Amino acid sequence: MTAPAIAYNFAYLDEQTKRMIRRAILKGIAVPGYQVPFASREMPMPYGWGTGGVQVTAACLVPEDRLKVIDQGADDTTNAVSIRRFFQRTAGVAVTEATADATVIQTRHRIPETPLTEGQILVYQVPIPEPLRFLEPRETETRKMHELEEYGLMHVKLYEDIARHGQIATAYAYPVRVEGRYVMDPSPIPKFDNPKLTANPAIQLFGAGREQRIYALPPYAEVVSLDFEDHPFQATKAAHDCDLCGAKVSYLDEVITDDAGGRMFVCSDTDFCAGRRARGLIGRLGGDQKSSKTFANSFQGIWPGTEGAP
Amino acid sequence: MTAMERIAMTDQPLLRVDGLTKRYGPRIGCLDVSFDLYPGEVLGIVGESGSGKSTLLSCLAGHLQPDLGRVAYDGRDVLAMSETERRRLGRTDWAYVHQNPRDGLRMGVSAGGNVGERLMAIGARHYGEIRDKAQDWLARVEIAADRIDDRPSAFSGGMQQRLQIARNLVTAPRLVFMDEPTGGLDVSVQARLLDLLRGLVRDLGLSVIIVTHDLAVVRLLAHRLMVMKSGRVVEQGLTDQVLDDPQHAYSQLLVSSVLQV
Ligand SMILES: Nc1ncnc2c1ncn2[C@@H]1O[C@H](COP(=O)(O)OP(=O)(O)OP(=O)(O)O)[C@@H](O)[C@H]1O
Ligand SMILES: [Mg+2]
Repeated sequence: MTAPAIAYNFAYLDEQTKRMIRRAILKGIAVPGYQVPFASREMPMPYGWGTGGVQVTAACLVPEDRLKVIDQGADDTTNAVSIRRFFQRTAGVAVTEATADATVIQTRHRIPETPLTEGQILVYQVPIPEPLRFLEPRETETRKMHELEEYGLMHVKLYEDIARHGQIATAYAYPVRVEGRYVMDPSPIPKFDNPKLTANPAIQLFGAGREQRIYALPPYAEVVSLDFEDHPFQATKAAHDCDLCGAKVSYLDEVITDDAGGRMFVCSDTDFCAGRRARGLIGRLGGDQKSSKTFANSFQGIWPGTEGAP
Repeated sequence: MTAMERIAMTDQPLLRVDGLTKRYGPRIGCLDVSFDLYPGEVLGIVGESGSGKSTLLSCLAGHLQPDLGRVAYDGRDVLAMSETERRRLGRTDWAYVHQNPRDGLRMGVSAGGNVGERLMAIGARHYGEIRDKAQDWLARVEIAADRIDDRPSAFSGGMQQRLQIARNLVTAPRLVFMDEPTGGLDVSVQARLLDLLRGLVRDLGLSVIIVTHDLAVVRLLAHRLMVMKSGRVVEQGLTDQVLDDPQHAYSQLLVSSVLQV
């Protein structure tokens, strides 16, 4: 990478701000799942674009890092591309799409399929950090509930789900309990990804810009998805194989291919899918070597995820 | 067994209140209040508006920190407890019924969820059992089974109040605080609610402290009565005694003004 053209501070934020954010991160790692307040800075992008995650990434990056940015699992969506470019410009770091090669991965809505390893940092963009917010809007009260471990309300939420839908219908941002202590919102990842949260060798950091909160999971933290004895947690995905790479175990996006009911299922993790196809693993429709999202995009106007911000 | 027999059987008060005082700056909330409450006993608190009834109840329930005095529940010093302990007590042994059901219910949660919350708060993790219990309690407060998944906002005021009562009693508390539980309701609805309350109190052997403006409520529910004025207790005794033969001039006024209605 060439050096940044304009005289930004490395990774945009000034050193004092980065120190402040690092302190919040360290505190978050020391108290897994606890939401640490921090003074969120204005970033040159709107809140919905992951300013919390961007600030955490900025505070973590060193010049030797290799950065990967994904949005809904894809490296090539607008949001991912613009954040990646932002750090290329302001930090001059190397970038990659390969999960295994990345040292820092910023993500929105997914955990990569390829297992993470020690030394990697996964940074989540978080819109609403407070898992109790849904039922208790008062911030003073939710803080007290965390402090006193009064988490009955989380099960009220799940109860309501079952009462209304016959099962726990919460499919994203499925609440978890960390190290037997704090209840945490894992950001809007599909619950399919929840099992990857626990005992993960990587450091997982969560940044909420608008709400000014940082929280964290240190490597190998124990993370349990909340449930009922008679309605146990289930990590679900579409009951299909990827039509491009044939994977049976990856999280799939459903793509409508025509207006006559045609549809296909493709890996939401583009790097995972491309890697498999490069190794000659081919699904039902998978001769094409384009990324799964690009492939999906070729069906005009049918992939809402490409627009980036929520 | 009558309440008096029950009281006679136990020598230990459930709640001992001694010299309880709460000021709001220069203004008196309640002043030097002392009384004992025995298991199974219902204590009525009456007095004009601003006489300190709600202040006293809030101090007892741990919602307000009194300036002076002692409160012992079942031999334990309530004011010396950690907040965690006190809030736990508030979810298990104690219950608090607010005058306005909106203050005591979660309006965005179904009736079943409202009743189930206290169960889940103390560790219930079996959906089917929680739901069965909620169903049972809705029936006990005369809410039709098919309303279990409706939100309280779709309920009438009387139904909301009954739901609040079910939500509070589902964990079988021993001590229930009620602040004007029939306050905002129509007279006919009040009467039905009172009937229901009386049955529950008797069946469950609850100890109750009930604040009210309404001497009819007191006569129907309370074994003992406390009359408050300007933050102080001016008279206390057996309900019938106080109502039929009030000693303090203010109690006499209170009773006569009601009798004139
Ligand atoms: N939060 C507060 N701040 C200041 N003064 C208060 C506060 N709450 C109550 N008071 C005062 O304390 C006194 C007792 O009030 P309290 O609400 O306990 O009376 P009450 O008997 O419950 O009246 P009501 O029958 O109208 O409900 C009143 O003079 C009231 O103005
Ligand atoms: Mg009052």
